[in-house]
Amino acid sequence: MRRGLSWFTGTSVVVGLAFLYLPIFLLVVFSFNASKLVTVWGGFSTKWYGSLFQNEPLLDAAWVTLRVALISATVATVLGTMAAVVLVRFGRFRGRTLFSGMIYAPLVMPDVITGLSLLLMFVAIGFDRGFWTIVLAHITFSMCFVAVVVQSRLVTFDRSLEEAAMDLGCPPVKTFFAITLPIILPAVVAGWMLAFTLSLDDLVIASFTTGPGATTLPMKIYSQVRLGVTPEINAACTILIVIVTIGALAASLVTKRREVERVRAERLAAANP
Amino acid sequence: MVVDGGKPKTRRGSARWLVVFLPYAWLFVFFLVPFLIVIKIALSQTAVAQPPYEPVFDLSAGIPAIVAAVRQFSVDNFTFLAEDSLYIRAYLSSLEIALVSTFLTLLVGYPVAYGMARAPKAWQPTLLMLVILPFWTSFLIRVYAWIGILKKEGLLNQLLLWSGIIDQPLIILNTNWAVYIGIVYSYLPFMILPLYAALERMDGTLLEAAADLGCRPARAFWRITFPLSLPGVVAGCFLVFIPVTGEFVIPDLLGGSGTLMIGKTLWAEFFNNRDWPLASAVAVILLLLLVIPIVAFQNRADRGEGTVGKAPT
Repeated sequence: MRRGLSWFTGTSVVVGLAFLYLPIFLLVVFSFNASKLVTVWGGFSTKWYGSLFQNEPLLDAAWVTLRVALISATVATVLGTMAAVVLVRFGRFRGRTLFSGMIYAPLVMPDVITGLSLLLMFVAIGFDRGFWTIVLAHITFSMCFVAVVVQSRLVTFDRSLEEAAMDLGCPPVKTFFAITLPIILPAVVAGWMLAFTLSLDDLVIASFTTGPGATTLPMKIYSQVRLGVTPEINAACTILIVIVTIGALAASLVTKRREVERVRAERLAAANP
Repeated sequence: MVVDGGKPKTRRGSARWLVVFLPYAWLFVFFLVPFLIVIKIALSQTAVAQPPYEPVFDLSAGIPAIVAAVRQFSVDNFTFLAEDSLYIRAYLSSLEIALVSTFLTLLVGYPVAYGMARAPKAWQPTLLMLVILPFWTSFLIRVYAWIGILKKEGLLNQLLLWSGIIDQPLIILNTNWAVYIGIVYSYLPFMILPLYAALERMDGTLLEAAADLGCRPARAFWRITFPLSLPGVVAGCFLVFIPVTGEFVIPDLLGGSGTLMIGKTLWAEFFNNRDWPLASAVAVILLLLLVIPIVAFQNRADRGEGTVGKAPT
């Protein structure tokens, strides 16, 4: 079967990846188009990047987005890692079903519902809407993604290391920071990256929870897209794609290197009892 | 986060308590309570005020005032939704678009996941990374990229006209076709990852045994491979179907005036008509429609069956 279908499996992977990458590739190519018409090639030019850096409102929005993403990803990573530890290590406790429900539901909840419900709560308690309400909203949904990513690493974790530390008198909190955290760090970093990009990305929840004065980049791009496709948006998108790609590749290289080091250290430990 | 004070004996207990309490309390306040408020406002009346609904609860006014406010609740918004066929059609059309596009995503994603799982072991981490990478780039950007491709004078039509396959440009943008393409494209990684996780775990010797016993490859696929990949199929379908039902960005940017989806309706009620109670009622009904798939998804995820896929590490 494997041999008989190899042309099929090979083609399907290539076609699938081409489908995933071609639109992004075309978007990047046309950001260097000299012509104002996005779909007609008028020669190579970087002028749209120049005009982008003179677009004050767009740069302001980018700065707001970056700060929201940095703050919300960091808090979400702390809370999400705690939630993952609770899910994997705390066994059954009263209210666990509700807890796991509140972790998994936001993963699939339509954005319009999450956004609307958070906004109505902020209004009901009289919280001034703006920068911080977007941060709170982003922490809430991205912490659940962090929890799932960290959880999948904790499940395959060798508990005997922790038990050894605790048998030797290491208190649980110290055990977590000295043993558990360094080992699950790649997953925690991946969780942070995911939370960061989810926050950079979000249009719907930010649109609901924002107030006067806080406009994020996706909101800005969305309002421009509604007016029509322009090479300047292509240029803005290209910069975002480059940043995210570099970040994702760097994170994957770092985590891979740590994984290799960990395996090597474990082998060494096993060889020298 | 760390509890430093306290005696060693209570220290373990209090640290443990804090680790549960912080995420629990956060999700309770920012996820669960907001839903209760949505239900409350769905039962309220639209008002020309700030905030634009009544009654407004004032906890300091005491219990009688709250009871009086509760008496003002009405199901008018829900009756309105049930009587206006526009909303019913929007719900049905959302479910239909979500079902069709989930099936299409499965159809496109399955061969890719299958090919990845059958690829040489050394390539698999790279292939996995290649599938995840587009997922890291902005959703909005990926949808936007399709506008330039699908529009009337767009790249697809230019290519097809130039190659002589068609002599009239195809109208795809602002139709449901564009919505399907956009959904399949945006949600494909969500389908591929759980499918790949299930297919990769599969024991290859089962297929060899079937082949040795004279089973033809196509039959072996339907009798062995597909049933074993079912947890991945179900997980992938949940991850696509539930969020797509309430999708807003894709139908708004790629769909046309004929594309009826409830996410768009909710957005319009809220931002254009500023009818907060009606938007809340729309959200409550949408949630009721999705509550069964969401609970099923939670139960499976909690048992660790076909979760979101492996951590992208």
